[in-house]
Amino acid sequence: MHIVIKLFGVPLSCPITNSMNIWFSCFLFIIVTPAHIVRLYDRFEALDKEKTGHLRPQDFGAINRLAMNPIGDRIIGAFFSPGQETVDFHSFVRILAHFRPADKKHPKDPSMPEPVNSRTSKLKFAFQLYDQDKDGKISRAELLQVLRSMLEMQVTEEQLESIADRTIQEADLDNDDAISFEEFRKSLEKVNIDHKMSIRFLR
Amino acid sequence: FERHFSIIFNVLHLKISDYATHSVIYLCCSSLLFPGLIQREGGSMEQEMGELRRYRTQSISRGEFALSDSFYFYRKGLESIVDDQVTQRFSSEELVSWNLLTRTNHNFHYISLRLTIIWGLGVIIRYCVLFPLRITLAIIGISWLVIGTTLVGFLPNRRVKNWLSELVHLMCYRICARGLSATIQYHNKNNKPQKGGICVANHTSPIDIVILANDGCYAMVGQSHSGLMGVIQRSMVRSCPHVWFERSEMRDRHAVTSRLRAHVAAKRNLPILIFPEGTCINNTSVMMFKKGSFEIGGTIYPVAIKYDPRFGDAFWNSAKYNMVSYLLRMMTSWAIVVNVWYLPPMTRQEGEDATKFANRVKSAIAHQGGLLDMAWDGSLKRDKVKEEFKEHQQKMYSSMVVGTKARNSQEPHTESTKS
Repeated sequence: MHIVIKLFGVPLSCPITNSMNIWFSCFLFIIVTPAHIVRLYDRFEALDKEKTGHLRPQDFGAINRLAMNPIGDRIIGAFFSPGQETVDFHSFVRILAHFRPADKKHPKDPSMPEPVNSRTSKLKFAFQLYDQDKDGKISRAELLQVLRSMLEMQVTEEQLESIADRTIQEADLDNDDAISFEEFRKSLEKVNIDHKMSIRFLR
Repeated sequence: FERHFSIIFNVLHLKISDYATHSVIYLCCSSLLFPGLIQREGGSMEQEMGELRRYRTQSISRGEFALSDSFYFYRKGLESIVDDQVTQRFSSEELVSWNLLTRTNHNFHYISLRLTIIWGLGVIIRYCVLFPLRITLAIIGISWLVIGTTLVGFLPNRRVKNWLSELVHLMCYRICARGLSATIQYHNKNNKPQKGGICVANHTSPIDIVILANDGCYAMVGQSHSGLMGVIQRSMVRSCPHVWFERSEMRDRHAVTSRLRAHVAAKRNLPILIFPEGTCINNTSVMMFKKGSFEIGGTIYPVAIKYDPRFGDAFWNSAKYNMVSYLLRMMTSWAIVVNVWYLPPMTRQEGEDATKFANRVKSAIAHQGGLLDMAWDGSLKRDKVKEEFKEHQQKMYSSMVVGTKARNSQEPHTESTKS
């Protein structure tokens, strides 16, 4: 069984030893080399202990470093679309593609849709991790939730609230007591997103 | 003769694998090897957070929350999904140069005709020439073990019996080792475990027992099985005392410890062989030693075992292969080349608890064998991580965000109570 990746319009085929039918939509431009995809597939298979071809939240939970991560649950949640209980390989790679380093060599083609690993897309992905109810704004309650999970139990509610208030004060420009995506983007405009939110494969 | 043959064989093999490596590097740019899959930042949480916050115009570097702080955790989380250090240890080591066994090459590509022909020849030699020889030897070895120990068991006299049983055991293990084409190098034989001691070693596969028993006699510790293993176990017990536990007994730690203690106390008994990791690790690192073995008392003789991965992958991935297919794989590898180091004996010092002692022994073994000393528990391969690790991360992050503020928020309270 082969998967075909369209790399700038040139199809590249890569053998997959399992009989899974995977097609990558060309508009996603997942610019990962075939060898990397095979490795990710190995990883997917290693996580999929029951060999169902799908991953469930428990399979992610088995990764110890992830269980140890304060916002591990949110990261796992990012893989599953609302209402879905499993994630297949296509979606798995698609989410991971957000963390692909931006391709500086080829200029952006304005007619093409935004690639998945552009600065805006990465920021949007990070925004969605805060904005769990997907209403387009990070409310005070949502911010408190994130703070609660990242900070230890000893930190009191008052401290959390004062931190949340201060953060919203700094970032909120239209005074609606919530952080919209534009405000989020503006407050992080100086951060080197590509460096900080990218995973580089060794070759 | 055997020695010369094995030397010639090893040299030939190395030459062929070097050639294979050159072809691969020359022709193929895809990966055959990586210690890790992705590039990781080596910085601590503080360093990384500091970098993320550098953009902030106000200079409140400590004691503040920034929206970008979570990026650190996101990235770490996703990195661990793609590749993590612990799960890696439970699959076979990847080799820098291919040793003509497809089983050690995850990204097997067709590279060149010459290489494929050589590989084909290798397959024929391994399966049709070496394998039948080895199987014969293994069968002879095991049957002699059963017969010999049963015969020795009939003898009443203590001294002669012990001497004969040692002889029988050694002979059988040597035959079995030949059956696996194991070439073993023992270092520091003066530190060999003595009677009444406890021998601890790192665990890679069930073959470790054969490797160690080739050079001396040990009392084995383990669960009593049924079937062929059970027959072997029962006959072994007849000639000299081993410690076999029923499954139910194993759960009761006190019963286990007291039985082992009784065995060690009888100074005439052979040294016990224990693998404190509790499970098979892939021979690139040593995982946490369970402290139970170190609570028994007595002298500990650490032993480091390192397999040479170029000749065959000795790691038993019990999730992937059962015992029989594992042994078949072993018998169709090129050879098993092992280095065994006997380390100087250690005893528990005053005021040192079992866990610290276990860690001390573990570091010594890891250092000698050139393995990575990891703090992870081997049982993590099956169980989930403890909450403590997560809390530790939270604590570290809290000290960065709230650390200075906690003091600030307390001051107004004391002032108000005073006034």
